[in-house]
Amino acid sequence: MSIDAATVRRIAHLARIKVEDGEIDHLAGEINSILGFVEQLKEVNVEGVEPMTSVTPMKLPLRKDVVTDGGDAKKVLMNAPQSEEGFFLVPKVVE
Amino acid sequence: MSKLTSLTLAEARDGLRAKQFSAVEIADAHLAAIEKAKSLNAYILETPEKARAMAAESDKRIKAGDARPLEGIALGVKDLFATEGVRTTACSKILGNFEPPYESTVTSHLWRDGAVMLGKLNNDEFAMGSSNETSAFGPVVSPWQRKGSNAKLVPGGSSGGSAAAVAANLCLGATGTDTGGSIRQPAAFTGIVGIKPTYGRCSRWGIVAFASSLDQAGPFARTVQDTAILLRSMAGHDPKDSTCIDKEVPDYEKAIGKSVKGMKIGIPKEYRIDGVPAEIGKLWEQGTEWLKKAGAEIVEISLPHTKYALPAYYIVAPAEASSNLARYDGVRYGLRVPGRDIIELYENTRAAGFGAEVKRRILIGTYVLSAGYYDAYYLRAQKVRTLIKRDFEEAFKQGVNAILTPATPSSAFGVGEKSGADPVEMYLNDVFTVTVNMAGLPAIAVPAGLDGSALPLGLQLIGRPFDEETLFSLGHVIEQSAGRIKLPDPWWS
Repeated sequence: MSIDAATVRRIAHLARIKVEDGEIDHLAGEINSILGFVEQLKEVNVEGVEPMTSVTPMKLPLRKDVVTDGGDAKKVLMNAPQSEEGFFLVPKVVE
Repeated sequence: MSKLTSLTLAEARDGLRAKQFSAVEIADAHLAAIEKAKSLNAYILETPEKARAMAAESDKRIKAGDARPLEGIALGVKDLFATEGVRTTACSKILGNFEPPYESTVTSHLWRDGAVMLGKLNNDEFAMGSSNETSAFGPVVSPWQRKGSNAKLVPGGSSGGSAAAVAANLCLGATGTDTGGSIRQPAAFTGIVGIKPTYGRCSRWGIVAFASSLDQAGPFARTVQDTAILLRSMAGHDPKDSTCIDKEVPDYEKAIGKSVKGMKIGIPKEYRIDGVPAEIGKLWEQGTEWLKKAGAEIVEISLPHTKYALPAYYIVAPAEASSNLARYDGVRYGLRVPGRDIIELYENTRAAGFGAEVKRRILIGTYVLSAGYYDAYYLRAQKVRTLIKRDFEEAFKQGVNAILTPATPSSAFGVGEKSGADPVEMYLNDVFTVTVNMAGLPAIAVPAGLDGSALPLGLQLIGRPFDEETLFSLGHVIEQSAGRIKLPDPWWS
């Protein structure tokens, strides 16, 4: 499988990364080189094999459904590029 | 004062308790050494005031006879660990001057036990790299040089700053993280010890996430014993990481010097691969002999899916990274590059904030998870991962206690030598280490000798889940047999 310029544009948009026209060919080449490398997985017989979901055989613990943290709006906002009156500030989202 | 920086961590601990020197003296000696080693670019942020304040507290405790396990031990911290009030960037521009209002669990364990923080250490951006050349703060220069050459070499990566700082005596030990080899490969390149514990042994809470099913924290130090001392403090249960196991942490130091008689050591035939220098094969044989001499039994084993670990990793890790790194959107913290609307703000911010390797991996990850490709790539890779883990389980079922392999397919290479057009060339560095992350196992890299250019080479021991103790015992045998590697004289200061 080999990806073309249109696919690079599509996945860059899905990943929300702006890509300049001049970078597309270069990126396609690098991505194709990696995809070429992983191609060898096709040789493996995975018939009847369960995909891994947890690397250590452990049951995820449950905890009581209670509030254990919070009330730190100041701390949450302290690294914000822009904030106002306890909110993050972003460009208009809904017209 | 320079003698205080060349002590092992255990020697420093014992000397502090015997009041041969003070914790402030230890901290000052290291801060002075760091000041003179700026050209290595190992530290990207020094915290001298914090170091002196923590050391003064340590001296008070020692005086009062109330010393904690790591009292006064001066450490460096990989920049992937969130440190409260101290800039944490994962060496990416996208985090800007992020100052966490919280402390990672692993580092908080170290401070709880009395350790002293010297500063933050350089790493590959978001831990994505094997040479520390993808850092937004520029590459780290290894303290090692080839015989008769002053060409700059890489310390390995992604924990390149940690490895260089420990090898150059700029700290007594350091924290690292290992997703595909990021502790063991740089440890091998710089002639020091590094261990990646079993997945779930250390909490991942407060560590900048790369690939959550593979990431694990671990220590770097100059001896096996020193890494055992550090791991005991770093490990332990944390309810804030649901994959962190609730299991008692053994006193790993007690495993040092324990007999390895009768232990069964597996030698996997699939690790004999083409293109690896003969001296690495020879060193591997030498390591086998050392363990045999110490009373271990050597058996050949087969791990048939070894060659598929690296390609499977380059699907699983980027897939998880593309999801984890979605949080860097220019809204809540870090860099923001404005746009006409919110989508353009995201796209501009992420284009300016991420470096080339990180973008590449996010794009690959996005592709393999996208509709129509998920089954062919991601699902298949997760099935292959099951097979890789099964290989190890079969070997352990045959009674194998640990597996001995080379740590890296070469010694350290030059800065800029492998940054060519094909990213896969760099990825091949992790061919011996990545299987371990895929299977969630513990593994230690121990220096075992020098190559023809007088650069260090390491051996790797892979253990059963949560049996780090056996690795410390066996690693100590290799260390004793090889003799301590003489670290380079400080040409940089």
